[in-house]
Amino acid sequence: MVMPTLKIIECQLAIIGRGMAGMASAFFAANRGISTVQIGITGGTIFASGLLDLMGVHPIEKKLPWRDPWAGIDALIRDIPNHPYSRVKKKGIQAAFDEILSFLKEAGLPYYRRKDRNVEMITPLGKVKRTYCVPQTMLSGVRALEEKRPCLLVGFRGLNDFSARQIAATLQDKWPNLRAARISFPDTDHVSEIFTGEIIAQALELSENRKKLIQAVSPHVKDSQAVGMPAIFGMHRSQEIAAELEDKIGVPVFEIPTMPISVPGLRLNDTFARYLSLKGVRLLPQSRVLEVGRESNGSFVLGVGNKTIDYTLRTKGIILASGRFWSRGLYADRNRIRESVFDLPVYQPRDRNGWHRENFLDSRGHPVNRAGVETDDSFRPLDSSGRPAFETLFAAGSILSHQDWMRMKCGSGLAISTAYAAVNSFLRSNG
Amino acid sequence: METQVLIIGGGATGTGLARDLALRGVQCIVAEKGDINAGASGANHGLLHSGARYVYTDPAVTKECREESEFLKTLAPHCIENTGGLFVAVEGDDEKYVADFPHLCSRCGIPVRTLDIKDARELEPALSKNLIAAYAVDDATIDPFKLSLENISQAQQLGTTLLCYNKIVGFKKSGNRIKSAYLLNTKTGEEIIVEAGQVVNAAGVWVGEVAALAGISIGTLYSKGSLLVTDNRLTKLVINRLRRPADGDILVPGGTVSILGTTSVRIKSLDKILPSIEEVDLIVNEGAAMIPVLEATRYIRAYAGVRPLISSQGGIDDRSVSRNFVLLDHIQNGLENFATIPGGKLTTYRFMAEKTADLVCQRLGVSSPCLTRTEPLPCTQASKWTEPGLGPRWWFKEKHTNESLLCECEMLSTSVIDSVIKSIQKQNGTLSLKAIGLRSRVGKGPCQGTSCGERVIGYMYEQGLLDSEQGLTDLRDFLCERWMGERPVLWAEQLIQAELKEALYCGLSNLDL
Repeated sequence: MVMPTLKIIECQLAIIGRGMAGMASAFFAANRGISTVQIGITGGTIFASGLLDLMGVHPIEKKLPWRDPWAGIDALIRDIPNHPYSRVKKKGIQAAFDEILSFLKEAGLPYYRRKDRNVEMITPLGKVKRTYCVPQTMLSGVRALEEKRPCLLVGFRGLNDFSARQIAATLQDKWPNLRAARISFPDTDHVSEIFTGEIIAQALELSENRKKLIQAVSPHVKDSQAVGMPAIFGMHRSQEIAAELEDKIGVPVFEIPTMPISVPGLRLNDTFARYLSLKGVRLLPQSRVLEVGRESNGSFVLGVGNKTIDYTLRTKGIILASGRFWSRGLYADRNRIRESVFDLPVYQPRDRNGWHRENFLDSRGHPVNRAGVETDDSFRPLDSSGRPAFETLFAAGSILSHQDWMRMKCGSGLAISTAYAAVNSFLRSNG
Repeated sequence: METQVLIIGGGATGTGLARDLALRGVQCIVAEKGDINAGASGANHGLLHSGARYVYTDPAVTKECREESEFLKTLAPHCIENTGGLFVAVEGDDEKYVADFPHLCSRCGIPVRTLDIKDARELEPALSKNLIAAYAVDDATIDPFKLSLENISQAQQLGTTLLCYNKIVGFKKSGNRIKSAYLLNTKTGEEIIVEAGQVVNAAGVWVGEVAALAGISIGTLYSKGSLLVTDNRLTKLVINRLRRPADGDILVPGGTVSILGTTSVRIKSLDKILPSIEEVDLIVNEGAAMIPVLEATRYIRAYAGVRPLISSQGGIDDRSVSRNFVLLDHIQNGLENFATIPGGKLTTYRFMAEKTADLVCQRLGVSSPCLTRTEPLPCTQASKWTEPGLGPRWWFKEKHTNESLLCECEMLSTSVIDSVIKSIQKQNGTLSLKAIGLRSRVGKGPCQGTSCGERVIGYMYEQGLLDSEQGLTDLRDFLCERWMGERPVLWAEQLIQAELKEALYCGLSNLDL
C-alpha cells in the first residue's frame, strides 16, 4: 500500500517515452509480467500515420524500394552493420510483429499484412508508399490501387490537409480511373474549418451521422468500385463503421492516411494505453525525468515531473525510448547534440556543417538523422569508453544511431523490434 | 515585341525605373529572369537609412540617404514603419569613434539625440547592460517587396509590360546601337525578341553578365551578406552598433520579426548564394554583444544577398552621379542606347531610378520631368499581403473568422490566398508557392512551409489551378528553397521543426521518392 502523500513509486522497469517505441516497450514488458511504469509526454503515436513501416528503401541514395521487406533487411544489415536491425535479427523482428499484431487484432484494431511482401498505399500527397502493415480499414485501398479499379476519393470541405482532387490528379497516369469529390461533412456547412479528422471520426461514432454521410457520398459513387476517404472511420470501432459504410454505399470503402494529428495514430495510442492500464502499467502522464540518481545496489532513483519533481521512482531497469529531437530525447545547441536524460554520448557528425545537407531532399539523407545513442548487442547505451553506461539501462526506437527511419521507411519496425529486444534483454539481465 | 525602353531586372531599381519612366509617359518592358526582387532587393535588412551610418565615411551618401528617406516616408508610408533607430556602443568599443558621432551627424544635417544609458535601456530593454553610449536617429524600416510590387504595379497600370522568368540571353547590335534583345522564358523555353529604343541593364549583381552579352566588360566583385530572421520581434527600433561597419552589427525590426545582419564575404560565383553556418555563428556572437538575447533566441531562417562592387578599372566610363552608385552610359564602349545601373542602397533606389530615367529620356528626346519626387506611391492589392501581422488582424479584428486558414503561423485564410493568386495572374506571373510566398507571408512563419506548403498546394488542386504532378514538383521546389535558409539555423527549436517537416514530407508522404 503506497501512501498517496509519499509519491515514491517502486517498479522493476521504467519506460521513458510515449511514442511507438515507448508504447511497444511498455506492452512487451507488461506481457512479460514485469512491473512497469511509463513516463512521458503524449507524443509520437498521435503523430503516427497508422501505417506500420518495416523496411521500405535501401540504399536510400538509390531510392531503391523493397517489395520483400525481409530481403531489404538482409541487404541493410549487410551494408550497414550498425543499423539496429542487425542486433535484433530477423527472427526477433518477426516475433515482435507477431506479438504486436495479434494483440492489435484482439484489441479490435486489426492490421493487414502479407508476411513476405510490402503493400502499397497512397499517401495524403498523392504518392504511393510501400509499407508493411496497414490498418484493416485501409485494405480495400491497397487492393483498389493494385488492381487500378475505378475508384472515388472523397474529401471534406474544411478539412484542409486532405485534397482528394490532389491525389487523383497526381496519380492520374498510374491510376486513370481515380475520381475525386469534395463534399460537406453532414451538418458542417456552418463551419469554415474542420481542424482534424478526429472531429469527423468522433462524429461518426453516432449512427445518425453515418447515415447522413452515406447519403452524401452515395450520389458520387456512380461506376466506382471502391470509395476512399481520409482516415475518419470512427475512433474506436473503425472495423464496424467501415463495414456499415461499405454495406450501405454498396462498394468497398477504405481509409487513406492523413497528415497529423491522424486518427489511425490516435487509435493506436488509445489501444495501447487502454491495454497497458488494464495490465497495471502505471503511467505518469505529461512527465519527464528531471533527476537521475543511483543506489548502491544498482537501482535507479528518478525524479519525475513536469516542471518540478512530483514523483520519485525507484526502478531496477530503464528503457530509454525518448525519441529524437521532436520528442525531446535528443537536444541540439549550436555546437552539439546531447541525449536529454542521462547525457549519454551521442554518435554525431563533427560539427553543425555536417548535420544537414544543402538540399532538403538530398537522396543521401541528412547525417543528423543517423546521429543517436550507440548500444551493445543487448541495446545497452555505451559510455565514452565503449562499455555499457549502466548494466540495466536499455535504449529503443528512433533515439538509436545509424538509422534514418524517415528515408528508409522503417520507423515502426525499428520502434517495435528494438522495444522487443530491449525488454527481453532486461529480462535476461534480471535473471 | 517592340518597346521604347527595355529594362533588364525586376529588383528595386528596375521596378523603380519602370515606374519613373511610366509616369513620364515612356513605354517599357521589364524583363526579369526570376520573380520580383529575386536578388539583393529581396535579401537585405529592409532598413531605411537615416544616413547616420555613413557620417564617418561619406557625407554625400549621408545626404542622399537623409533626403531620400524623408521623401519615401512621405510618398510611400504604407511601405515604411517609422520606427526610429539607435546607435549604441558597448564596453570595449572604440570610445573615440563613439565620441565623434554626434558631431559628425550634426555636420551632415542628421538629427541626432544623445540618450542616457538608463533611458536607452528602458526604451529597448533587450540592450546589453554593458552599454556605454546610445544615440537616437531617424532610421526606419521598409518592406522591399511591397515597395517593388507597388512600383511595378503602377507601372503596369500605365502600360509597362512585366515579363517574369525571362532571362536575357543575347543582344543584336547594329552600328552603335543595340537593335534587339533575346529573351528566354526559363519556364517554357520560349524565346522572345524585343526591339527597344533604349536598353537599361538594372540586373543588380548580374550586371556584369548582362553587359558581357553586349560585348562590354564591367569589372564586378561580389560581396555576400547574410542575415538572420528571429521568430519574434526583439526591439521596437532599429539598433545599430556604433563602430566601424562590421559583421552582425544591425538589428532591424521586420514587422513581427527582427532581422540581424550582416556579413561581408567575397564570393567568386553567383551560382549558389547561400548563408553559411560560419556566418550565422559569427552574426549571432557579434549581435549578442549588443543584444544578449540574440544568443538564446530562436532563429527561423537565414538568407543572403550579394552586393555588386563595381571596380573603376577596365575602361569604364565612371560617370557616377554620386559615390553612392554608378550609372554607366557606355558611350566609351561605343553604344549609345545602352546604360547600366548596378543598384546600390535600397534607401536611395528612387534617386538612382530618377537619374537613370533622366539619361534614358534625354536619349529618347522625352522632356517630361520626373514625378516620383512628388507623386505618392499607390497602395494597391498587389502588395497588400506582404505585411507581417496583417493576417491575424484581418482574420480576428476584421472578423473574417468564417474562412478557413491555410497558413496557421501567419493566419492566412483562403480568400487571402485567392487575392495573392489574382495579383500573380495580373502580373503575368507563373503561379507557384514561391510566387505566393513572395507576395504574402506563406512559408515565412516558424514552420517554414511545413503545413502551409501542403495546404496551399491542396487548395490550388481543389481550385483546379494544378494538374497531374505539378503540385508536388512545386512543393519540392518550395520546400528546398525554404530549406536553404533554414539549414544554417537548425539547432534547438528550429531543428525540432525541421525534423517534423522531414517526418511529414519524407517519412509519411514519400515526397523524397
